[in-house]
Amino acid sequence: MFQIQVSTSINGDDTEFSCEADETLLDVLRDRLGMTGSKEGCGTGDCGACSVVVDGRLVCSCLMLGAEAQGREIETIEGMADGTELHPLQQKFLDHAALQCGVCTPGFLVAAKSLLERNDDPTEEEVRYWLAGNLCRCTGYDKIVRAVLDTAKDMRKPAKTKKPAAKKRVKA
Amino acid sequence: MQYHAPATVKDAVKLLAGSKGSTQILAGGTDLLVRMRSGFSEPDTIIDIKRISPMCKIARDGKGFAIGAAVSSAEMSENAALAKAWPGVVESAALIGSTQVQGRATIAGNLCNASPAADSVPAMVAAGAKAVIRGPKGKRKVAVEKICKGPGQTILKKGELIEAIVLPAKPARTGDAYLRFIPRTEMDIAVAGAGICVTLDAKGVCTAARVSLGAIAPTVLLVSRAAKALIGTRIDDEALDALAAACSAAARPIDDKRGTKEFRIHVAGVLARRAAIIARDRALGKS
Repeated sequence: MFQIQVSTSINGDDTEFSCEADETLLDVLRDRLGMTGSKEGCGTGDCGACSVVVDGRLVCSCLMLGAEAQGREIETIEGMADGTELHPLQQKFLDHAALQCGVCTPGFLVAAKSLLERNDDPTEEEVRYWLAGNLCRCTGYDKIVRAVLDTAKDMRKPAKTKKPAAKKRVKA
Repeated sequence: MQYHAPATVKDAVKLLAGSKGSTQILAGGTDLLVRMRSGFSEPDTIIDIKRISPMCKIARDGKGFAIGAAVSSAEMSENAALAKAWPGVVESAALIGSTQVQGRATIAGNLCNASPAADSVPAMVAAGAKAVIRGPKGKRKVAVEKICKGPGQTILKKGELIEAIVLPAKPARTGDAYLRFIPRTEMDIAVAGAGICVTLDAKGVCTAARVSLGAIAPTVLLVSRAAKALIGTRIDDEALDALAAACSAAARPIDDKRGTKEFRIHVAGVLARRAAIIARDRALGKS
């Protein structure tokens, strides 16, 4: 069958793949590129386990065709940690035990990272609404929400401690 | 299946008009890919419109707006001028699905999907929005309330697609609002919905109104009798009671797993009443 050739960028790496016209981006990631971090929970955009970022926008990779990836910049869970160093959200998810079976976790992490890049000081309500499209059947959400809020707090800290220090120097 | 991603509307129309078998337009894909997966839709050809740059933009159309058919709900919410002019339309689009769905879903797609419960449609109808249709015979503008014929059916002919949704220039002292009922706080499909747009004179008397109801009939309805209940009033309690009664009278819903006929008929009136208060306060500059 005729296959479509696609050139794209995944986690900053130029990537080429071929796929069928009706293959989703999720299928391409998992079955053709071996990137199995993005999970298929429902395949219909309801659960968010397949969340990726495309051109800066959080989307469900099950609701996008692989062919649509041509020329786009895609970020997946595989690009979140820096080598062996976990992203602060990943570390907080461990610290707070914000996961049990782990199927929803990559989607939650990708979605939460996307939130914190837009809003470094979200309220609990904002976190809950932003993550409403990520379903978890294990944790009851509370630990996840706390992990995200705690990460946001920690990630804001350096900026806050720097500012008063800078002021002092000006006065002196 | 074939996948095409044309760069111009002209090429999209050409592909659409010349295609054999079933052809689907892919905008956000949040309905189409779900239908394909469940086997309800097995297109021979998909035409992705997201490579057509004018269709990916929100442009000023005179003093109104032209929202390209590939513009996502998230992009609408982030456009401050649009959100200020037509908050009801923007809020209705922001109710559709999750953050992930918001990043892809479009109001033109919401309209073409032709669900009676489409959230953005009553808001567009209340605002007096028009769909800009392009086809082999050129361009035509059709009022949004005339696009859907029934669940899943539109008036679009072979080779036609919606290029943009045009929102008119907003007259002075005009406000719009959309409310829906769902049994939870987000991520659900409307049991009933009401879109209202009102224009007031300098004394606060309503001079023009449009009232639209969703999920209470096979298509979204424009209810002129309900609008008449507001015109000439200050949208006081008496007018709001008449509005609610007219909306309930116009509702002809079905019973389904989301709600009973009786409930939908009642709630259509309640939502219209509450949306009218928000629209009135917006027209008065209170919110």
